[in-house]
Amino acid sequence: MTGLFSEVFLSALLFGAVTAAIPLLLAGLGEQMSEKAGVLNIGIEGMMLAGAYLGFVGAFYSGSLWLGFLAGAAGGVAVALIMALLCVRIGLNQIVIGIALTLGLEGLTALLHHFQFSRSYPRLPAADATVIPLLSDIPVIGPAFFKHHLIVYLAIALVFGMGYLYRRTQLGLNLQAAGDKPAALDVAGIDVIRTRTIAVLTTGALAGLGGAYLANVGAGLFIPFITNGAGFLGIVLAMLARGRPVWVLFGALLFGVCLSLTTAMQVAGINIPTDVIQMLPFLAVMIMLVLFGRRASLPAALGIPYERGAR
Amino acid sequence: MSIDTAPTVSATALDATSGAATRRDILHRLLMTLGPILAALVIAGCILLAVGVDPLAYYGFVLEKGLFSPLGIQQTLTRMAPLLFLAAGLIVAFRAGMWNLGGDGQFLLGAVTAAASAPVFVQIMPSWLALTCSFLIAMVVAMIWSLVPALLRAYQGVNEIITTLMMTFLGTSLANVLVKLVFRDPGTTVPQTRTLPVEDRLPRLFDTTITSGLLLGLAAIVIVHLVMTRTAFGLKLRIVGANPRAAIHAGLGVPGLTIAVFAISAGLAGVAGAVDIIGVQGNVRADWNPAYGLAVIPAVFLARMNGFAAIGFVFLLSVLSIGGESAARRLGVPNHFTLVLVSIVLIMLALAEYFDHRYNQSRRA
Repeated sequence: MTGLFSEVFLSALLFGAVTAAIPLLLAGLGEQMSEKAGVLNIGIEGMMLAGAYLGFVGAFYSGSLWLGFLAGAAGGVAVALIMALLCVRIGLNQIVIGIALTLGLEGLTALLHHFQFSRSYPRLPAADATVIPLLSDIPVIGPAFFKHHLIVYLAIALVFGMGYLYRRTQLGLNLQAAGDKPAALDVAGIDVIRTRTIAVLTTGALAGLGGAYLANVGAGLFIPFITNGAGFLGIVLAMLARGRPVWVLFGALLFGVCLSLTTAMQVAGINIPTDVIQMLPFLAVMIMLVLFGRRASLPAALGIPYERGAR
Repeated sequence: MSIDTAPTVSATALDATSGAATRRDILHRLLMTLGPILAALVIAGCILLAVGVDPLAYYGFVLEKGLFSPLGIQQTLTRMAPLLFLAAGLIVAFRAGMWNLGGDGQFLLGAVTAAASAPVFVQIMPSWLALTCSFLIAMVVAMIWSLVPALLRAYQGVNEIITTLMMTFLGTSLANVLVKLVFRDPGTTVPQTRTLPVEDRLPRLFDTTITSGLLLGLAAIVIVHLVMTRTAFGLKLRIVGANPRAAIHAGLGVPGLTIAVFAISAGLAGVAGAVDIIGVQGNVRADWNPAYGLAVIPAVFLARMNGFAAIGFVFLLSVLSIGGESAARRLGVPNHFTLVLVSIVLIMLALAEYFDHRYNQSRRA
């Protein structure tokens, strides 16, 4: 058992947890913004897949991870554009369109992968880490938290940026109003449709980026259905966080530790089906809900398309 | 969540003087369904062209294998059985305003329960009784699985979208654990449950390969439709769905009704799993998850939670998925293309409904 709790093992476990948490964090932050503005974005799984595929293609052909991330975000935005057009502008049912987009992107990315990469399964080289001086020398914690790709630190900074946006800026208040009482926002002279569109497109960019990170840094390759429900986990995180970005971070780290534990157990040769460990984060959250069963504080107009002048 | 769909439908049907208007109405509906599907086929065809496949050949295969060949249509009708049960469960939940997005977890647990119990039961009791017991157990297990989200929603006000989504992740993993550790058939190398002998499965209809589960599914969805539109219990559920606060003021026991809705919805999803196992598959392999629920949810919405319309949409989904599987084998287009096709069809149908609605509004104004 000494091998299981050695320093190297522990820091590898935590390193893996952060790597697994980043896509969930980005998806959760994105979903949170959509939900704040009153759009239940079930298409986020599709946006992540678009980001993962285009992110991989971009990084593979250009040789630059950053171009890959950019392409991934653009892919997410492209899917979000359809969602914004259909659900925000003309007010179609968000659940129908969201699920349809997820199904469509699952199929489309798998199809493109089949014709492009299924014979060779190319891989990207390991991502370069940005080593933070001094902090990375701390035993265990240093290699686990301070030797990641630069985008990891940016994603964590984004958590606080989002917090500032929601609390201190006009746009943050507008987003909140678009979800809680869109008619009031409209009366105040702010375009509800536009506010919600901004939110959905931002969600697309963040989800796409999360997908690209998952493929390029997390896995180093694209395989069909690579997100494996990460987008739905993002929805769960956003709803549990009750509108606070910091809670999305905590939640993402919790799920990240459990995902990382799954891999670590296999490496350590402990013979428990991965399914058992995959159940842990959900069990933890369900137990928390049963014990503390807090009333959901979701925006009042969540899921309801806004139509000017309607009753 | 509109309550008024049923009255308008019956009003047009009862209006005997306007036979021509009724005919025009039917024609209009047919056009509003076939038009968007055609548009979706054209768009999806462009994608096929882009990857270098002849769309006409592909659609030819889909139609031939999914609809016109005797074997194909039998497979299509067989595929409908579990989908119909899932749709019936979703109709109850959605009409009552509850977002049961946990259908896949409930489906898998029902399937595993049926797969574990049926081979044991058939050895100790007559076949019909054994299958009935398996169905009942699958239903009860799925109902119990939905109890946590139901209680949390009923008494704590916890949003059921989160809880059912999490329970579906949990349920999928639990089903796998059960297959791999508890109910594993010792006689096979691949982890799977014991196989139910073909002669003990649900009887096939007449001389065909169609499972009699289809009839059960049709009966379930029609009964659900009638209960929701024609009975006091259904009216109560629709009131809860339309306005929960008004329902409390009307003296309805909302927490009890909430639990009932979850139990019915999950129970039907569990039976859907059982009908797929007892009727068709015979066993559950590890990591088997057809994810039917995800495709059925939008279909139920597009059917506006109308049971008869849902039958039509389920049929369409089955044709596309069976036809797509055959075409995939023949033309080298991976099966994933079916997902793309289904997705575009759903979006086009939703768009058509919107434009139809807009057109009607502007004509009235």
